[in-house]
Amino acid sequence: MIEMLYREALNRAIDECMAADPNVVMLGEDVGLYGGSYRVSEGLVSKYGEKRLIDTPIAELSIVGNAVGMAIGGLRPIAEIMTANFSLLAFDQIINHMSKYRYMSAGKITLPMVVRFPQGVSKQLAAQHSESYEQMLSAVPGIRVFAAGDVNYAYHALKKAILMDDPVVFIEHELLYNKKGEVDLDAEVDPFKARIVKEGKDLTIVSYLKMVDDVIAAVPEIEKQTGKSCEVIDLQSLNPIDTETLKASIEKTGRLVVVEEDHKMGGYGAQVVSWAAESLFYALDAAPLRIAGENVPIPYNRKLELASIPTPDKIVAKIIEWGANNGL
Amino acid sequence: MDKLTAEEIYYTMVLGRKFEYAAKEHYMTGEISGFLHLDIGQEALSVAAMKAFDHGDVFTTYREHIMAIARGIEPKAVMAELFGKKTGVSEGRGGSMHLFDPTHFFYGGDAIVGGHLPNAVGCAYARKFQESEHGVMAVFGDGATNGGAFFESLNISSAWKLPILFLCENNRYAIGTEITRVAPFLEQAKKAEPYMPTMEVDGNDAVAVYEAVKEAQAYIQKSHGPIFIEAFTYRWEGHSMSDPGTYRSPEEMEIWKRRDPIARMQALLKERYGMSEAQIEALDQKAQAAVDEAVEYASKSPEPVVAELFEHVFVEEVAHD
Ligand SMILES: Cc1ncc(C[n+]2csc(CCOP(=O)(O)OP(=O)(O)O)c2C)c(N)n1
Ligand SMILES: [Mg+2]
Repeated sequence: MIEMLYREALNRAIDECMAADPNVVMLGEDVGLYGGSYRVSEGLVSKYGEKRLIDTPIAELSIVGNAVGMAIGGLRPIAEIMTANFSLLAFDQIINHMSKYRYMSAGKITLPMVVRFPQGVSKQLAAQHSESYEQMLSAVPGIRVFAAGDVNYAYHALKKAILMDDPVVFIEHELLYNKKGEVDLDAEVDPFKARIVKEGKDLTIVSYLKMVDDVIAAVPEIEKQTGKSCEVIDLQSLNPIDTETLKASIEKTGRLVVVEEDHKMGGYGAQVVSWAAESLFYALDAAPLRIAGENVPIPYNRKLELASIPTPDKIVAKIIEWGANNGL
Repeated sequence: MDKLTAEEIYYTMVLGRKFEYAAKEHYMTGEISGFLHLDIGQEALSVAAMKAFDHGDVFTTYREHIMAIARGIEPKAVMAELFGKKTGVSEGRGGSMHLFDPTHFFYGGDAIVGGHLPNAVGCAYARKFQESEHGVMAVFGDGATNGGAFFESLNISSAWKLPILFLCENNRYAIGTEITRVAPFLEQAKKAEPYMPTMEVDGNDAVAVYEAVKEAQAYIQKSHGPIFIEAFTYRWEGHSMSDPGTYRSPEEMEIWKRRDPIARMQALLKERYGMSEAQIEALDQKAQAAVDEAVEYASKSPEPVVAELFEHVFVEEVAHD
């Protein structure tokens, strides 16, 4: 076990993959000489040179589009989007090109590439720098979507994503880069598996990315007030969903809460709840609860910003209120 | 340039610089948060362009405090926005990067690099449609000239002969990336040459910027179509408060500090317009007082309340779950 920061875990994963395979390249804005705006690629340009750490102009469509072409040409590109909002300029490439080339070519084209994707509400970055797009990405067939809420997963899943022959969008949360965690370098981590963060028997709380930490912060108070125990699951893989882990937990607890930071309308949690309603209706003892961000652009003012997303306090309050009507 | 204009430009540049240093100070104390991009070193360009372009709409980026002030927005309303207050230009919703005031025809803060250029082109279409006297000025950095939105905007505005001035603020860097590492040349005006007339100016020379923008404004008003100005300048601070700025050499920074646009304007006031040391000192003091007042106003203003979270999402509210 080694303790490291989330961004160091990502850096190490990229470093090891670049050392092992000369075809691995990384491209994006300020990824080379600057070391990445969240310092994820720090130090790599001095090891691997500017040919493999490619500083691009501000041209997101080209960053992803070039990565698709590089993959067609035999490289293994890692494209970095500086902040999720800018990826919208690349969505044509992500959706029309990256996700479809394999299928449209009857499997003759393979795109071994990763798009790294920092997202979420950070601190007062306002409406054009705070969004989350896992719902849109997961709605597109042909892309694997991973969401790293944990340092160990960040290291292992990014390595697996780089080695994978299918296109992956690797979502990171901007508030996690300086999170410390233990990495077990020799562990066998399946990137498609959810992680049981805490075991419990009365209530399953499903979340991902930074909200997992907020849920964990809320749990002691929920357990104190209800006298019941919570099981907390970090989904990690958003497409596909590890329904096996979810099913076992919900069958045990009979209750499901999904917590996500993103706007509630059309949010990813709706997929989890609809799957549970369709597949596990009779295992549920209560209507599921979704706790999500408000349907509002993210405001700059700190109080408004916090009012627009779930926080540990709000998670406690909403679960207690819901629990009172649902036998918790 | 007449004396009054010169004095006004100098005063606003000094006010702008003091405003930026005050913003920096209050960022350190945590009263201002998020991304804060300072315009120190580029005041000549920001102020003179706004003062010269008095017949039209302005679309610009996230590095826009000084432009907003030069455009006529009260310094205290800008500072209050940086503080996230209800009395700010955007009522605390936007912050430093998003200052909008249509009463001043100022669409200040778009933080998607290059993303505001098609909006500026669309507004220029509307002005032509209305047979208005107004044109549009779109301000953007060197970093915006490598994206699709930029090239699309050059093409469309030229094909449709729209009244738009593209003002490229070339400070050589987009965060840590020097323009010549990601474009084949330093002068981005070259990209516009096939589409429209282009001019290059020293962006640290307020008079040169003022005259070029005046000329450009007259040109677009005559419906000749778009025009392009590239102004060369340099930001003294990091890209934003979170940028350590280690990618620029101390020698390079030193060279540009010696080209201080404010010192240059001050010398001009003395030499060409015969202003005395005392008169200049009085302007500086007035600027300081305006900044102190802005900070005081911002810190005493109330915050928006949470009950207003959903205000301003739509014109018409519709009941929903
Ligand atoms: C589409 C998009 N991509 C990336 C960014 C991140 N970003 C913000 S400012 C900036 C550099 C812009 O440089 P330039 O246009 O030269 O303006 P300057 O900051 O020098 O004033 C970058 C890359 C962004 N805001 N929008
Ligand atoms: Mg620049």
